[in-house]
Amino acid sequence: MQQIISFLIKYKTFLLYLFLLLLSVIFTFQSHSYHQSKFLNSSNYIVGSIYSFSDNITSYFNLREENNSLVEENKNLRKKLFNNTHFLESTIDTSAVDYEVVRGRVINNSYADQRNYVTINKGENDGIAQDMGVITDKGILGIVENTSNNFSTVQSILSDKSNINAKIKNSNHFGSLVWSNTQDYNVVQLIDIPRLVTLTIGDTIVTGAMSSIFPENIPIGTIKKFDLDNSKSFYFIDVELFNDMTNIGNIYIIKNLNRKEVLQLEAETEAND
Amino acid sequence: MINSALFYNVLRFILLILVQVLVFNNLNFFGYINPMVYILFLYWYPIKQNRTTFIILCFFLGLFVDIFSDTLAINAAASVTIAYLRPTIMRFVFGVNFEFQSFKLNNSTKAQQFTFLALLIIIHHLVYFTLEIFNFSNSLLILQKTFTVGITTLILCILFSTLFSSKKE
Repeated sequence: MQQIISFLIKYKTFLLYLFLLLLSVIFTFQSHSYHQSKFLNSSNYIVGSIYSFSDNITSYFNLREENNSLVEENKNLRKKLFNNTHFLESTIDTSAVDYEVVRGRVINNSYADQRNYVTINKGENDGIAQDMGVITDKGILGIVENTSNNFSTVQSILSDKSNINAKIKNSNHFGSLVWSNTQDYNVVQLIDIPRLVTLTIGDTIVTGAMSSIFPENIPIGTIKKFDLDNSKSFYFIDVELFNDMTNIGNIYIIKNLNRKEVLQLEAETEAND
Repeated sequence: MINSALFYNVLRFILLILVQVLVFNNLNFFGYINPMVYILFLYWYPIKQNRTTFIILCFFLGLFVDIFSDTLAINAAASVTIAYLRPTIMRFVFGVNFEFQSFKLNNSTKAQQFTFLALLIIIHHLVYFTLEIFNFSNSLLILQKTFTVGITTLILCILFSTLFSSKKE
């Protein structure tokens, strides 16, 4: 017994080191398989406040640029509206909508890691919950992962954990959008598109209808390069993003009001098998 | 005297975390180089202090940087490793005389300070990128990132340590 105690005292720094290392490795790998750990993320109150303080200062530097992109978006929306005259007369029935949109701002952005997260200034108080889609005026950005009262973290599409249903515009050939070349932050990969599909460089990639997170037909990017994968039966497509991932300000968070029902139905179907 | 040392360490701890997460995490030099200047805390920390406190402090230093940058606990693992290895590195770089009471970092030669800092950074970055990428088929990427980010960190740390070094009488 005495020997055990003296052993412990003798090696106490080494044991402490092992313990702390183990702790951090556990924190790290727990979340490889599932969502980011509940408390080790930047959506908590203190970190969020510091980031929104710094965003208050830095957001002034690109106000003009941001304004331009918002006006451009407004222009496109108006064009759509004017060419669809029946929209102008009909009023939207608020009890029959499928999606709700909340606006927000990015207060911290990263794109140089393997798993990139974006912190935004909207949280549970604004009705944000896990697994809501986040888009910008140009294209998709990611999926909400953790929330606190006033802030949320978003798993960016620039993450090796990200996997989003996407398809070629105006067709129904869908595949998965992943980020496998984790060096280039403007290019993501679309996999699982069968080889019988004819592709052209420059084709537009949009979100697919299989996801209960994003609505269909949200722009993602254009085909930059395509190749067959190892099995020779599917394409491996490099998609150049519409979004400039290094420069994101205003974002929209999409709430799918039918998501619960869809998930419940899917779970029931699987249980009946 | 003790209080002022404590005060400086607390101040350093907080300022280095803030500088790291607000400035250097957003640098993205060449797209992916974000130097980790918070390692300077381990370089500046007084030598004759309780090792247990030092290791725990460094764990929290890394953990706070992790929470800010959403990197789980990778920084914590890397900085706790160099905190544990620091005496070994010091013995290697400065010889046995660092254990004497009169030893001070400022009294050692520039080459010694440089080697000490470089070793801290290399080990830290190696652990960090190994855990971040965690795929040995990408070991070339790990080495490449360790090298490029390490060089940038080293240059910035040397600049900072010259800028804020205690005045020589």
